[in-house]
Amino acid sequence: MNNCRAIDRRDFLKFTGLSSAGLIFGMHLGAQEESADRLAPDLFVSLEPDGTIHIVAHRSEMGTGIRSVLPMVVADELGARWEDVRIVQATGDAKYGSQNTDGSRSIWRFYDRMLLAGATAGQMLSQAAAARWGVGPETCQRRDSQVIHEPSKRRIAFKELIAEAAALPVPNAENLVYKDPKERQYIGKGGALVDFKDIVHGKAVFGADIRLPDMLFAVIDRSPVHGGTARQFDATAAMAVPGVQSVETIAPFKGVHAFQALGGVAILATHSHAAIQGRNQLQTQWNASPHDDYDSEAYRSALLETASEGGKVVRQKGDYAKAIERLKKHEASYYVPHLLHEPMEPPVATADYRDGQCLIWAPTQNPQAAQSTVAAALGIPPEKVIVRVTLLGGGFGRKSKPDYVAEAAILSKQAGRPVQVLWTREDDIRHDYFHSVAAVRVEAGVDDDGYPQAWRMCTVFPSISSTFAEKVTHASAGEMSMGFNDLPFDIPHLLCENGEALAHVRIGWLRSVANIQHAFAIHSFIDELAMAAGIDPVTYLNRVLGPDRVLDLKAEGADYQNYGGPYATYPVDTARLKAVLNTAAKSADWGQPTPKGVGHGIAVHRSFLSYIAIALRVRVTDGKVQVEQADVAIDCGLAVHPDRVQSQMEGSVVFGLSLAMMGGVTMSRGQVNESNFHDAPVARMADANMPIRVTILPSQAPPGGVGEPGVPPFAPALCNAIAAATGKRIRSLPIADHDLSQA
Amino acid sequence: MALGSWKENTTRKIMAKLTIDGVEVETQERDLPLLWFLRDHLQKTGTRYGCGRGLCGACTVLVDGQAVRSCQLPVAALEGRQITTIEGLGANEEHPLQKAWQDHKVPQCGYCQGGQILSAVSLLAAKPHPTDEELDAVMAGNICRCGTYPRIRKAIQSVAGGEK
Repeated sequence: MNNCRAIDRRDFLKFTGLSSAGLIFGMHLGAQEESADRLAPDLFVSLEPDGTIHIVAHRSEMGTGIRSVLPMVVADELGARWEDVRIVQATGDAKYGSQNTDGSRSIWRFYDRMLLAGATAGQMLSQAAAARWGVGPETCQRRDSQVIHEPSKRRIAFKELIAEAAALPVPNAENLVYKDPKERQYIGKGGALVDFKDIVHGKAVFGADIRLPDMLFAVIDRSPVHGGTARQFDATAAMAVPGVQSVETIAPFKGVHAFQALGGVAILATHSHAAIQGRNQLQTQWNASPHDDYDSEAYRSALLETASEGGKVVRQKGDYAKAIERLKKHEASYYVPHLLHEPMEPPVATADYRDGQCLIWAPTQNPQAAQSTVAAALGIPPEKVIVRVTLLGGGFGRKSKPDYVAEAAILSKQAGRPVQVLWTREDDIRHDYFHSVAAVRVEAGVDDDGYPQAWRMCTVFPSISSTFAEKVTHASAGEMSMGFNDLPFDIPHLLCENGEALAHVRIGWLRSVANIQHAFAIHSFIDELAMAAGIDPVTYLNRVLGPDRVLDLKAEGADYQNYGGPYATYPVDTARLKAVLNTAAKSADWGQPTPKGVGHGIAVHRSFLSYIAIALRVRVTDGKVQVEQADVAIDCGLAVHPDRVQSQMEGSVVFGLSLAMMGGVTMSRGQVNESNFHDAPVARMADANMPIRVTILPSQAPPGGVGEPGVPPFAPALCNAIAAATGKRIRSLPIADHDLSQA
Repeated sequence: MALGSWKENTTRKIMAKLTIDGVEVETQERDLPLLWFLRDHLQKTGTRYGCGRGLCGACTVLVDGQAVRSCQLPVAALEGRQITTIEGLGANEEHPLQKAWQDHKVPQCGYCQGGQILSAVSLLAAKPHPTDEELDAVMAGNICRCGTYPRIRKAIQSVAGGEK
């Protein structure tokens, strides 16, 4: 019966296009188990007789507030009092639609679906109350967990209506009446996040906080070079560490690594510290790997050379080659190293395998991928794997790759006991899914006024696709669509190319992904052109962005992915780019004269369906760079929870500052040279003590992403500010590698 | 299993006595870093691992009111000392900083925040009205990868008096 209802709704959605996400990702719209004493007309919401309202959070909480904010959308449409709501964290299950909390898409993909959940239950409650009172349901309102009939001043609590509402047929989606935006209590306003109190009292449950009877802790020795396998090991000293129970080997991954366990030698112990100490005593010899010669310096030279040669054309208009002949040419190459995720909580997972079933507790961004990865690793059907999601101590993309979950499952099966796999910080840094090292070369021909009429750029980096397929040489369409083939500048002759690069480590997506290198190169280069022309960068950018228009990328041969969003709903709109640019400039008092050693820099970038400009005021003293003020303007369409939009912008500024100032790891002989926060640092309080002013542009456009798009414009804005302050142009990150003391 | 039991039986050590969140605790685990004693022996998991080398501050606790990194301190070194964890800080009455952290909506992922709060408690105990430089210097020991620094700052300043 539930299936029938699901099909009805899907057909409806197909015709109306109300929620294409639900169709694409196979969302099951069926009701929960029906029961006489509760109202559960939708997968995501149920009302209990005691007044508790359960709302399912199917996305993972890693700091954006999503575990509260999506349920708040349900609560708003339902008319629930937020204090009556209890959040139920979903296990990994295809019935929820995609749970991959990644790509800054939780809100825009599920906003409509959450409204539908709230409206479905809410309408049944309104109908039940209206029937009691003999009034039309459309004359009733819902708020504070009550149905209210204003004309007769009557009101009744939801919990009094549960039995009558549950007896009603579940309304079809096409018959739902949604609230007027003016009635909104939480959407666009915000509300309390459910985890704050537990967090400040140390009671929030993260991955390593799971404790099971008889559980062992495991720490794993993995090959220091990607693809290396253990030849032999000596565990004598490891076994002598008090508390160490056993040593287990994990078979190396087969074929392409994807999300598989890397393989290695595990020390299992009764306590965490014993497992760490044991692993440190383990002597493992590794076989040769095809990546033994990987060296960052040599690879950097090769990337830069490839970038200067050009490659596969990914967008083209006009005739660059012809146009450049008659124009004054500028050129520059930019470089971004491998970057790390470094979440404060390193990867960790707990598994309890018994009788052909596996129960998992993990801080994972993607419980469904964890489920399928564990099932494949253990050779059991996915439905025999239950993945419970803890809070994530940071994710940034690292925890959407469940290799560490597979490790726990494999070890639990081998040891015959529950096992918690702990990664030390050293493990996290050495065995990350690194952000691609990248080189981008840009050339432009400018007219007599100094504005570009021809633009050519070539990006080269090992693709994330190399994590999923053999012999990948070019970037994916998705990567090309991240700030590269959607260049929004109004330039008649354009050529965008992608050169070949092979991966020698695991490559993965990091907060804002390929936008990092593309935004850095493009928004630095445009600033270089403005400086060369002697024109104020904001004036220059307004002109280069051109008339208000929506880009027709398809016409110029771009296979534009648009972050999975429908282009008709979310086109690239230059008016919105200029609006955030000018808002950030105004907020920063742009154009005011600055003292010696102080400069302003700005960059504007669209990614993840949102538009963001960052203006920075920077002081350079004795070679030391200090950001004195950051002004951020964001147009993310409807800002569902403005405070969490603001907090993500603040966080993005600090994240951007870390990667620009001090980010990156280097490889020698195939191995990562860095190991912990002393040599792979991230921003601390004193590095990021500047005020951050965030302006959210009011908008009723459909919501866009928020978690990632604040990151890309930061690095170019910072380097532009340094250039303004010192005259020195930085074209490779991190900035810490450059000596600015003579600048 | 047998090997493990034998080792435990022959490793007889003098008990260490320490007071954690007001409760006196005795243990033979003299060499164990306090972090792991709290997490694995007392199940006080609010104190967190972040680096194991005293670099990040996620494992911060108070020892006689002063912030220290528990991953670097063997249990034996804490004999007779008063240790306060994030669970113990507001056990009876919520500490003003814990309240300020919520009022200013500081946390994002929340993993580092227990350590941040305890460092701030220690800072304000020593300097009730810290300058910006003093605040930076003390709080520099606690990394927040989510970048909640601006709000941590405001929360501390609100308790110190004179929100900026």
